[in-house]
Amino acid sequence: MSSKSDPIISGVGQSAVGKFVDRLPLLLTIDAIKDALDNAGLRVADIDGVATWPGRVETMLDMGPVGCDAVIDALGIKATWYNGAFESAAQYGPIAGAVAAVQQGWARHVVVFRTVCQGSARRKPELFPSVQPAGLSGGMEHIIPYHAYSAANWTAQMASRHFHDYGTTREQLGQVAINARRNGALNPRAIFRDPITMEDYLSARMISSPLCLFDCDTLSDASTAIIVSAAETGGDLKNVPIRIDAIAQSLPGRYSWDQPVEAACYPTGKRLWELSDFTVEDVDIGQLYDGFSFLTLQWIEALGFCPVGEGGRYLEGGHRIARDGVFPINTNGGQIAAGRTHAFGYVREAVRQLRGQAEETQIDRDLKLAVTGAGGGPLAMAMLLARD
Amino acid sequence: MTPRPRPLVDPVNQFFWQAGKAGQLQILRCQACGTWLHPPRPICAKCLSEEVAPETVSGTGIVYSVTVNHQPWVPGLKVPYVIARVSLDGVDDVLLTTNIVGERALESRIGDAVRVTFEEQDGLWFPLFTHSR
Repeated sequence: MSSKSDPIISGVGQSAVGKFVDRLPLLLTIDAIKDALDNAGLRVADIDGVATWPGRVETMLDMGPVGCDAVIDALGIKATWYNGAFESAAQYGPIAGAVAAVQQGWARHVVVFRTVCQGSARRKPELFPSVQPAGLSGGMEHIIPYHAYSAANWTAQMASRHFHDYGTTREQLGQVAINARRNGALNPRAIFRDPITMEDYLSARMISSPLCLFDCDTLSDASTAIIVSAAETGGDLKNVPIRIDAIAQSLPGRYSWDQPVEAACYPTGKRLWELSDFTVEDVDIGQLYDGFSFLTLQWIEALGFCPVGEGGRYLEGGHRIARDGVFPINTNGGQIAAGRTHAFGYVREAVRQLRGQAEETQIDRDLKLAVTGAGGGPLAMAMLLARD
Repeated sequence: MTPRPRPLVDPVNQFFWQAGKAGQLQILRCQACGTWLHPPRPICAKCLSEEVAPETVSGTGIVYSVTVNHQPWVPGLKVPYVIARVSLDGVDDVLLTTNIVGERALESRIGDAVRVTFEEQDGLWFPLFTHSR
């Protein structure tokens, strides 16, 4: 008897979030899973699938401390499907996997988690003994040796070109940061609770020009869990199911941060609309990657809210992306204010907004469709989440 | 001087890191169809030929994008310094991430004409760029 089903998000949950949360990574993860189970009205015994990005990664234990196996083992999950994988189009890879699992009837309730412990790794490095590779490879050997250690440097290259080609200005880009900090002020979970002004932004310490301190997200300890469930279970759940309408990825033939290819968000944004009956005009709200503000600008262009090159002009004055604007974004403060939850925070916030359960950060409208984009450079995935 | 993080050198890419010893910048090229291949790899992305070989290029180029890094990412790293992507004269569809060095480095702009210079570290020659006169 086939148990194939459409995918919904039944629950979202999160651990405590902070610059340092004194909790082992596995326990932080279980905190998030328990929160998501409670949100869905499910128990551990209902979970039969597990997924994560990136899993446990020995070279970066601060960003990848916990894998599926540890969670299955710790909670005694009777898994009929699981997958944790580093090589993925972006952090939403495991959500796509969970969708496939539910659609094929391999599992009915898949918990998908993302755990980051960058704060703890700095405070207690002995608990995060990351190993260093013998040498750089995979393209990074042509970038990092030039003291380009950070994605801030790689993103700044793209931003510098955009400023040159399209006349984009710091005042325009800064609206992403100002909007994030304004929304963070409403969010009791945010790491930064104080707004910033344009003067604060323009006089801020430069990190890698044109990106300043406020253009960059802030590190955190956090685990976020999403439960992807079979739609037919919707009637048994505690809260309104949110339908995963479409998930897109697209990498046309080159994987690179620095070679002359467009960022993957552009073909991914086009692909998203190919996979959905919705159009960009139907979108009510967005949660767009803001590891760096410039990536948010790229996602706005890539998803078709404005033509490529017009992202700066779209952001001008910050009106469109504001809480009372035509396209409110990053409503809980994004990663710039609320911490580097590393993409899953956007999904949690989108679901809460659509359900009218975003509490202090709730946009006061009838929200039916949310778009989210994760990743930068060659990494990109986008999703449409719908409250039917 | 902060040591540069080290590439993993292998038979396919070794030419790139050693050509600077003779003051040469070399880029891999498909000998069957002429496509330039960077980073180096053992097969042509366009025609799938395995007849790939390094060719010496002029070493001149144009600044394609540029950032001034101010953040001391590792202890002791002297800032500010310039990271750029340079397009190479005569080489299609390839950019080199590099440092612009020399007197005018901090004033670098997109479109500046630059030429290669090499910095050796532990037997590897890193291509850096200075402004052409």
